[in-house]
Amino acid sequence: MSYIYYPGCSLESSGKSYDRSTRWVFKKLGQELTELEDWNCCGATMYMSIKETISLVFSARNLALAERMDGDLVAPCSSCYTILNKTNHILKDNFILKAKVNQSLKRDGLEYNLKVNVRHPLDVLVNDIGIEAIKAKVMRSLKGIKIAQYYGCQIVRPDGVFDDKENPKTMDLLFETLGAENVDFSMKVRCCGGMLMTTFPDVALKLNKEILECATENGADCVITTCPLCQINLDGYQDKINKRYNTNFKIPILFFTQLLAFALGADRYETGFEHNLIEVGEKITGGLV
Amino acid sequence: MMALHTSREPGELDKKESELRAAFLYQVSNIPGGEKIKKCIQCGTCTGSCPVSYTMDISPREIIALFRAGDLESIFFSRTIWICASCYACTVRCPQGIKVTDILYALKRMAMEKDLFPKKLPVYALSRSFVSMSNLFGRSYEIGLLLLYYLKTKPLKLFSLLPLGYKLMKKGRIGVLPKRVKRRKELSKILKEAEIMEMIVPVTALPKKESGALV
Repeated sequence: MSYIYYPGCSLESSGKSYDRSTRWVFKKLGQELTELEDWNCCGATMYMSIKETISLVFSARNLALAERMDGDLVAPCSSCYTILNKTNHILKDNFILKAKVNQSLKRDGLEYNLKVNVRHPLDVLVNDIGIEAIKAKVMRSLKGIKIAQYYGCQIVRPDGVFDDKENPKTMDLLFETLGAENVDFSMKVRCCGGMLMTTFPDVALKLNKEILECATENGADCVITTCPLCQINLDGYQDKINKRYNTNFKIPILFFTQLLAFALGADRYETGFEHNLIEVGEKITGGLV
Repeated sequence: MMALHTSREPGELDKKESELRAAFLYQVSNIPGGEKIKKCIQCGTCTGSCPVSYTMDISPREIIALFRAGDLESIFFSRTIWICASCYACTVRCPQGIKVTDILYALKRMAMEKDLFPKKLPVYALSRSFVSMSNLFGRSYEIGLLLLYYLKTKPLKLFSLLPLGYKLMKKGRIGVLPKRVKRRKELSKILKEAEIMEMIVPVTALPKKESGALV
């Protein structure tokens, strides 16, 4: 099986470590990721708020480009993943919108026929490649690391394609098998507020404080996530939260692929740990990277 | 709220409300399963599941009730639709299968289209900034987006972002220059056509003469 890779805009800047570690993990596991040629922004939640048809066209251009290639489309950013999937759903259900979208895409000789399967790398890693195959390549045990598995909202909602909408377990299973301990974490699919950090910071700070509180109170050494927006909110705003709520958070927030890359033997550059704002300390690395 | 006019039959909407409603129903008809809005039992599961409903002035449940009462303007001018973070908790828990999040999206689009929304709320400015960046480069440009947004809304706030910006810069997490798609010219052709498509409303979705009936 070959995979087409759709990094998305965040993975080119603030989510660099997600991009690097995902590519590295797939390569290590012998799977080829071919980057989608000349992809564009998926439109995110914000385009959808303004114009319906145009936002669908934006997102469908990527699907049309992917349709010319062979394989499933892999999107690590939870938001891209949801938007691309949602575009598939809407166009499948509404032939008028599909006709409008294709009429627009035609201006660059493109057409979309609903044939692209949009996948999340977590789904591919666990359900295609398999936990046992991953385990066979592990070079460092994660024993002793306590993890809060934070899925965020966009990866299992609204459709729950590969896991439960309320209590997903894919990531828990993966890291448990690799030796880590999962702490109780009732906030695993709670929303971090996303762009509310920009538009309504008071609301978003409170949401993030609650997530950090739940993780630390249950003894987590780190939080792992699948979403660039969750990562930057939780990683970048801990200082601000500490100041406002008189708390003492200093917990590393990792992309799940970073920790996976570490377990598979990646060096410091390959894990992307250097890009984390809250330092990924020895408790996790054991001084190995 | 809808004013009481004796010249109309009970349940009949005034012209503006019925036009708004027809346009909204068209938007909702594009949501797969959108017609389920009729089946709301007002149980409040949406409100209870929403992580930000505590800060809304009108709860998600009340939004549906207001819509049924024919009062779209109160909805547009509430904080509610602008504060939704699109996390879909309400949607997956609704016992009637109503896609509440998508309905809020449709309401947002309607409000902006009709220019009926509280101008002081910043969501519109952010979305607009996002759209201009994406149209220009084909990809989102985080720094450009934030600069444009804060300049439009609260320029002084930019200073308070400096510490985080500095940290991100030091850690190599800021893309100083925008990334662009290669086929920008062709992309803008596509988008121009899409803009025309956006305006076409199929005949079947046009408001009927007797659109006063309540959902």
